[in-house]
Amino acid sequence: MVAEQVEMLLNGDFAVAWAWKHVEPDVVAAFPITPQTLIVEKFSEFVANGEVRTQFVSVESEHSAISAMVGAAAAGARAATATAANGLQLMHEILYIVSSMRLPVMLGVANRAVSGPINIHCDHTDAMGQRDAGWIMIFTEDAQEAYDTTIQAFKIAENPEILLPIMVNLDGFLISHTAMNVKVFKDPKVVKDFVGETRPVPKIKLMGEEVELSLNPRNPIPVTFGPFAYYDYYFEFKRQQIEAMKKVPDVVERVNDEYYEISGRKYGNGRVVPWNVDDADIVAVVMGSAAGTMRYVARKYRERGVKIGILRVRMFRPFPWRDLQELLRGKEVVAVFDRTQDQGVMGGPLFLETLAALYYLDDRPRNVVNYVFGLGGRDFPPELVEKVFDELIRIKDGKEKPFVKKYVGVRE
Amino acid sequence: MSGAELRKWNEVPIAGVPWKFSTEYKTGDWRSERPVIDHGKCTKCLFCYIYCPEMAIKVHWTSDGSKPEKVEVDYNFCKGCGICANVCPMKAINMELERR
Amino acid sequence: MVGVNEVKWTPTLIELARKPDYFLPGHRMCAGCAAPVIVKLTLKALPDPDNVVVVNATGCLEVASTIYPYTSWKRPWIHNAFENAAATASGVEAAFKALKAKGVWKGDLPTVVVFGGDGGTYDIGLQSLSGALERGHKLIYVLYDNEAYMNTGIQRCSSTPQYAATTTTPAGRVIPGKPEWKKPIGFIVAAHHNVYVATVNPYFWADFVKKIRAAAEYEGPAFIHAISVCPRGWRHESKLTMTISRLATETCLHPLWEFDPETREYRITDRSLYIAKHPDKKVPVEEYLKLQGRFRHLFKPVRRDHLIKEIQEKVDKEWEYLLRLAGFK
Repeated sequence: MVAEQVEMLLNGDFAVAWAWKHVEPDVVAAFPITPQTLIVEKFSEFVANGEVRTQFVSVESEHSAISAMVGAAAAGARAATATAANGLQLMHEILYIVSSMRLPVMLGVANRAVSGPINIHCDHTDAMGQRDAGWIMIFTEDAQEAYDTTIQAFKIAENPEILLPIMVNLDGFLISHTAMNVKVFKDPKVVKDFVGETRPVPKIKLMGEEVELSLNPRNPIPVTFGPFAYYDYYFEFKRQQIEAMKKVPDVVERVNDEYYEISGRKYGNGRVVPWNVDDADIVAVVMGSAAGTMRYVARKYRERGVKIGILRVRMFRPFPWRDLQELLRGKEVVAVFDRTQDQGVMGGPLFLETLAALYYLDDRPRNVVNYVFGLGGRDFPPELVEKVFDELIRIKDGKEKPFVKKYVGVRE
Repeated sequence: MSGAELRKWNEVPIAGVPWKFSTEYKTGDWRSERPVIDHGKCTKCLFCYIYCPEMAIKVHWTSDGSKPEKVEVDYNFCKGCGICANVCPMKAINMELERR
Repeated sequence: MVGVNEVKWTPTLIELARKPDYFLPGHRMCAGCAAPVIVKLTLKALPDPDNVVVVNATGCLEVASTIYPYTSWKRPWIHNAFENAAATASGVEAAFKALKAKGVWKGDLPTVVVFGGDGGTYDIGLQSLSGALERGHKLIYVLYDNEAYMNTGIQRCSSTPQYAATTTTPAGRVIPGKPEWKKPIGFIVAAHHNVYVATVNPYFWADFVKKIRAAAEYEGPAFIHAISVCPRGWRHESKLTMTISRLATETCLHPLWEFDPETREYRITDRSLYIAKHPDKKVPVEEYLKLQGRFRHLFKPVRRDHLIKEIQEKVDKEWEYLLRLAGFK
């Protein structure tokens, strides 16, 4: 049953903070960095006003923020933090440790270009630098989705079959600082019931005893976290993580469905959000807020009879390659849009992984091209989208030679 | 190295949690010299106990548990560092060449 | 007042020996390493050793005590990385506070004990340590200081004493070991003003365990600086570990003191207090240096009196400074 909700004017950062308020994590440790700052500022207000019982640890760096997450989550707490850009790069070392310890930490990222030169605006380079760290990665499209996904994130990560950390991405400024009417649950209890009042701490078998996978001193056998594993076992632990990652797609879909039950909102199958893809000749594959601009433009093209569809990839890790195979088979033109630095490679990460997925199809799309756009907050307005769509139409009609990669919006 | 039979990835706890105490790993074979206690000289002062880095000094207690009755070296773990012999105020511990 | 004088406990070896070992044999620290003694004394000194969580920075102790699938820790234990033991401990401490507030954790909060080597404390972990102390997390941070990066093979650290040879400050024809003096970590930590700080020496076990007890009884963060003799890196016979440890304090290279965060007083304790009162009992540094291979170039092939004298003069000056801080001058 859809629960009662109220509309609030919230930007993406505030939406994350409100989701945290409703989930009420045990520990939040964070360090300010634009454009994530509003998340921790708003949440600090909730803490200061006694509206949450969360321990807010105002750490001296992002490295310590994520390190405190490790300690807190290992102690059995529900733990959340947020960062962006260089802060995320500073966390990099520890991200791998979080996933290896199977700690379901929630990390909000207000995506921002990585220095240098220093820049505070949106691109996805920060998150893409972490794509092999063993985290679940979800990219949202607007503030509403940031609120919804933050709530879903805890339930996905803490699933006993999964136990992996999760990163919820929102485009810096474009989502983080852009206000919209966001529907939030009137009664936080709805959220608490959805994610569970407290984190379900998993049990493992240790020396014949069942123990909590935590630092609980009352465990019959104490747990050692983060030992030294040589070549004789390190690989086996990575194999375990891979196995957990395999189960994520189904869980993301299930949580998306369950969330629909209480909110009336769902995001495709949780992994990808197709818009008019089925009958499309041309499909644009994209992540983040740019999907909205593209749909806006594509709607006009549809009115003109151009069969164009937009496929938003919501879950980047694990990569939803089966969904892409399913949805993109036999298309005339697939254009993949990367908002990421792609130096010294054939194309951006979204393009390369899409390409790899499509390779195994018998009825591969006829053309697959890559556009890199929007670096350092470079605008991607409808006029630019139109130019790109016109180019794709020409490729489809055989009037223009296809290419591997182009840059959109840079002065050439 | 584990020194034990190697298990598959789905046969060990997740998160890299060790599943044996190190008491199952004997470090006694590191030893080139073995401490031998002369119980006639030993006053059970417990200096050897407190300074042993290997927790390899075993104390046997009197039946009421109030006093140490006998002090022994646990050769399963003693690495033969010689600290005990060196700190012993009674010179009651001799380091003897280990013969295997 | 916070400190050993407030501790209502007269520890005996019999009492300590009767307490169970929470750090187990079968670890793979080098023979003669002092670090396991430091761990043993710390865990035995805690008023409630059953209610403890241990956090360990990367280093010899961490590696050699948890070689998979074995663990030497009979208490919950976590190793995260090299530079973040204090931040990790902050998270552990905050977690139990939150779980208690929600009624998930009942009873006393666990004592959070951190073990970090000198590299993880003086150098790469200093920021994380300072942050955790400033925030006032209740933890006992035990620095086991073996004066170099021993785990990676005896490289220079800011804790390495002057003229000690390490693999990155070898005793060369031009440069005789590490040119710089040791960083005064205890004073740096004491400057945070909310921290109980104490130097300890495992040889002086009674002073050691009382300071751990004082740390546990203090409501704020505590920092315990233990000198940790390393036969491998200091290049001496393993049997000499406790002899050299004792000399570190008797020469006043590692004097025993504590900083009371409530009264802001420095107090000299135990053997060092005795030396403060009987200056003739202070042992020349040469007695300490000559036992260790890392200082061999000060004696062989030719004796370098001027370097030995320089070390002695600096030690004297540091000791005078401490005496002044503690109100002896």
